Amino acid sequence: MIKQHSEISNIAIPTEQQHPISMYLKIWLLLFVLSACSYMVDYFQFQGLLRWTLILAFMFLKAGLIIMVFMHLAWERMAVKLLLFVPPLAILVFIALMSSEAGYVFISRIVSFVNP
Amino acid sequence: MQNDEQSKHNEAKNASSWQSVTNDWSADKQSFDMPWGKLMMWIFLLSDTFIFSIFLTSYMNVRMSVTAAWPNPSEVFALTIAGHHIPLVLIAIMTFILITSSGTMAMAVNYAYQGNKKKTVYLMVVTALLGASFVGMQAFEWTKLIVEEGIRPWGNPMGANQFGAAFFMITGFHGLHVSAGVIYLSVIAKRVHQGKYDHKGYHIVEVTGLYWHFVDLVWVFIFAFFYLW
Repeated sequence: MIKQHSEISNIAIPTEQQHPISMYLKIWLLLFVLSACSYMVDYFQFQGLLRWTLILAFMFLKAGLIIMVFMHLAWERMAVKLLLFVPPLAILVFIALMSSEAGYVFISRIVSFVNP
Repeated sequence: MQNDEQSKHNEAKNASSWQSVTNDWSADKQSFDMPWGKLMMWIFLLSDTFIFSIFLTSYMNVRMSVTAAWPNPSEVFALTIAGHHIPLVLIAIMTFILITSSGTMAMAVNYAYQGNKKKTVYLMVVTALLGASFVGMQAFEWTKLIVEEGIRPWGNPMGANQFGAAFFMITGFHGLHVSAGVIYLSVIAKRVHQGKYDHKGYHIVEVTGLYWHFVDLVWVFIFAFFYLW
């Protein structure tokens, strides 16, 4: 069994991730707190700009922790990070296009259907 | 040994430089120094990112362009437990369950690399069970919305007709991902238990973990944009 163990670590050395369990537990706790915070945004019924800012802030913090620590991206090479973060920029362009299109559709609906 | 440590340190520092990108792509070797399955999973997750982004973008487009009032998710997803009316309570529980399952998965990957097979299998099974309970709660939520609230993809009694279409498509597709993840986890946990990776190394556990964390990641966005917004 011990021999097998050492064989495995020999095979796995180049890309394997070794971190203390306590790091995962800390991130886990942090994710819990952040989720609780984003739930509180709704529970206390914050409205307007404050609500959207808080929702987005907690969302990006949680997403960042999951990608960087749990998915180990923080320890990957720059080439891998670029592979994953450059293509989604196209999505941002698409979101901008679609939100301007939605504004146009909304105005058209108001003009054509709501007050004839 | 000292030299070894030093070169390891330099290597780690260089791995995040722009020079390393040029080196990785121009050297006469494979560009991404990782197991084949892991790279393929990353590329699959990138494509999946596009699919979920398109769903969420279409939801944004619909929500911005409707003239009828959008149903208030805080009220739609509220539950009355023991006489208390609590907004979004089931969704909050589902969120905590998914985050917990991500935590157990991360530890399973860690134990796999330590070569601790027993704990790896145990944590993977716990992850799969948490995922299954998530799907169960989602089924309960769907049933309540369809049967009691009368929400349909083409209309609902609370407001904008497009609410149901966006809700069922986005959460349905995510639920499908969770269900697939539960099956994937169970299969890999069984194979780890059978000792099929004893000689290949346990990278497969990390690959499975990537998929599972991605499912959690998507939920973070759905929770923010659909339930809280």
